[in-house]
Amino acid sequence: MSEGNFTLDGEDIPFQEGQTIMQAAMAAGKYIPHLCYHPEFKPHGSCKLCTVRVNGRATASCTQRAASGAVVESNTHAINDERRALLQMLFVEGNHFCPSCEKSGNCQLQATAYELGMMSPHYDHFFPNRPVDASHPEYLLDFNRCILCSLCIRASRDVDGKNVFALSGRGIKTRLIVNAKSGRLADTNFSEADKAAHVCPVGVILKKRKGFAQPIGGRTFDLNPISATPHPTIKEG
Amino acid sequence: MSTQNTSDTVTAILVRHQRDATRLVQILREIQEQEDWISPEAIDTLEQELAVPRTKIEAVAGFYSFFYTRPKGRYRVLFSNNITDRMLRNIPLMERLCASLWVERGKVSEDGLVSISTTSCTGMCDQGPAILVNNMAITRLDEARVDAIAELIRAQVPLADWPPEFFHVEDNIRRSDILLDTVLEPGDALRTALARQPNESVAASSSRSWREGLPGTEGGPAAMLDEMMRSRLRGRGGAGFATGLKWEACRNAPLKPGQQRIIVCNADEGEPGTFKDRVLLTRRADQVFEGMTVAAYTVGAQRGFLYLRGEYRYLLDPLNAVLARRREEGLLGSNILGVPGLDFDIEIHLGAGAYVCGEESALIESLEGKRGTPRNRPPFPVTNGYLDQPTVVNNVETFVAAALIALKGGDWYGTMGTSKSSGTKLLSVSGDCARPGIYEYPFGVTVARVLEDCGAEHTQAVQISGASGVCLASSEFGRHIGFEDIPTAGAFMVFNKSRDMFEVARNFIHFFAHESCGFCTPCRVGTTLLKNMMDKLAHGRGSLYDFGEIEKLNQILLATSHCGLGHSACNPVLDTIEKFRPAYERHLLHDQFVPAFDLDRALAGARQMTGRDDDAAHIGDME
Repeated sequence: MSEGNFTLDGEDIPFQEGQTIMQAAMAAGKYIPHLCYHPEFKPHGSCKLCTVRVNGRATASCTQRAASGAVVESNTHAINDERRALLQMLFVEGNHFCPSCEKSGNCQLQATAYELGMMSPHYDHFFPNRPVDASHPEYLLDFNRCILCSLCIRASRDVDGKNVFALSGRGIKTRLIVNAKSGRLADTNFSEADKAAHVCPVGVILKKRKGFAQPIGGRTFDLNPISATPHPTIKEG
Repeated sequence: MSTQNTSDTVTAILVRHQRDATRLVQILREIQEQEDWISPEAIDTLEQELAVPRTKIEAVAGFYSFFYTRPKGRYRVLFSNNITDRMLRNIPLMERLCASLWVERGKVSEDGLVSISTTSCTGMCDQGPAILVNNMAITRLDEARVDAIAELIRAQVPLADWPPEFFHVEDNIRRSDILLDTVLEPGDALRTALARQPNESVAASSSRSWREGLPGTEGGPAAMLDEMMRSRLRGRGGAGFATGLKWEACRNAPLKPGQQRIIVCNADEGEPGTFKDRVLLTRRADQVFEGMTVAAYTVGAQRGFLYLRGEYRYLLDPLNAVLARRREEGLLGSNILGVPGLDFDIEIHLGAGAYVCGEESALIESLEGKRGTPRNRPPFPVTNGYLDQPTVVNNVETFVAAALIALKGGDWYGTMGTSKSSGTKLLSVSGDCARPGIYEYPFGVTVARVLEDCGAEHTQAVQISGASGVCLASSEFGRHIGFEDIPTAGAFMVFNKSRDMFEVARNFIHFFAHESCGFCTPCRVGTTLLKNMMDKLAHGRGSLYDFGEIEKLNQILLATSHCGLGHSACNPVLDTIEKFRPAYERHLLHDQFVPAFDLDRALAGARQMTGRDDDAAHIGDME
């Protein structure tokens, strides 16, 4: 396998043929903010938080193959400004109330907003009407917090072989659906053993009766910033 | 409709499509044409018989504007809402129809008979205001026609029995040049291409392709490719990629076992203000298919698709008739024109109301029966297109030009136009002018010349290449149509001095927000934010601050969007802010920031529910 080097914010990063910029950066211990990327799944490239400049050209680092000699900029004032705006967009298009959210402290959206110093939602909230689905005996779906990253879709399809989740609708009306005529999670074959039950970066797919078992303040990103542990194993409860 | 009937209907459709899940968009369209909507029971049958998860079917059904997973009535009326329709007063006509039929805009009538709503530009800007009724186009709406339609719906007259003149679509060809003047006999261009012999250098350079067993070993394909290169033809969809290079890349792309090369004609003419492909498909269908066949011969493709936008549903049967005739004439099918191994056939897929499917990788996703989300690129379609096979995607006009080049040669074609833009361009002229319609010019024509020819007077601005294009002020009318100055897919919308350019831009922003596929964060949320900001200005709550916000959003959309839709979504606003600032300043009533939230407007729903509109039901801003 051939290898090469590119620079990330001035530092040499080695890579192997076929690796994306994101993969090579993570292997080198460098953090590029991201939400829809997860090392165990096929890159999707939709949240655009990982957008970097490669030789001056903007591109998503999770889908862009690394190329020898490329000059990649990531941690710059201008790029982080864009990322903060993207985070603000994700906050206002859904209903995110961190102080009362079961996932607070374990939420990658919240942790990334802290990491990048997002101080306010800035834009006007959309306040969409997204009813929760509490039909399943063990799991709750709170669609208010969905950022449409598709990690649960990929996990259910590619790992669990179940296709429990999908995106329907279009544009700002895009929404997460489940595989049942009733539209209810209880009527799918979703189970706690599924990979899809454990990949949600925000607080949509939640184990019931465990929400506050671990107090806020001692949770994953309360203790360490997300740049130090981008993909920690998060204990539920 | 009983559940058993639905199941039988769906099964019959599935049998016609060989239970092939890659044909899901076509299957859903046919279900809706027969059942008026896509019911949960219809999806039950699909799920069982296609053996695909329900999530996949609902994901696709939910993506396209023209698919309804809730009943929308037996008559579904959609008013084209492009700015040109607005200028022809489509909204009062829609309100008249709503009032006449006692139905609220966007809702279904209580008896379940009819729904009335708006849709993106339907490609009838030269004869608007236009509507679609159950996806069939009706043009030149006026009050009399609206009243007649209301009566037909009330009497539940089947659409097939409506007056045929309602459905008449004019071609409105106002100026023609080589493309529209040349009428080819079916097969002429192809015969000429087959007879072409390569010179030695062309033959040598393509020897690699021969070893891969491409058809036509006498050398014609390489010679034809050489003609394409000499013609310097560039794609007519707007981006202007060299057609010869695209064909060569597809021809040279390696095939995996079981794969074949694919030719796709992009007739998803969704850019607001564009209707040239509609006219080409009406008048020059043979030439479109002949161009595709020449492309197939040149790159070694066996399968072709015409992806026709859903708004042009009325063209489906005539186009299928042309294909059938060409098969009989030996111009499609096996051993075309008697050449052993020259096999190629074309089928037509219809879109279902999704502008983003005009983007070639989204179009291919839709052809595969999926949501029309643009792919991550690279890889590009020329190597990994339809079902991962090497695929050429070209615009309708590009194929018509290719047929002409096959007949008359690349050098001949290359002499026309300018150095970087050879040949001619069809312009779809609409808006404030005496003679809207199709104008064909050699590249290099000035905007002023087009304005003069179409009888435009007191022109304030011209929007070229649609919502994603460029807005020109009168000081720029000396500029030239062509890739070196103003590239265009063909839209040419004229606005006279009475028009509010702010409202023009606001219409385009609403269009982008409606058509964003929703895949990436910046476009999904950003286009709606932009729409809200424009509405805020329209509601008289704008300040200088909002200008700054719009410019900031543009930077984010440009840098981070997944495809061209997001990249160009801010163009209409930025162009008009720069060139027609007074139009905005009329809406900037405040020096300081004012929140978008308006207490009085927020109470509108409550007023409607209580049927009140007295003073006490209103509340002023708290100062």
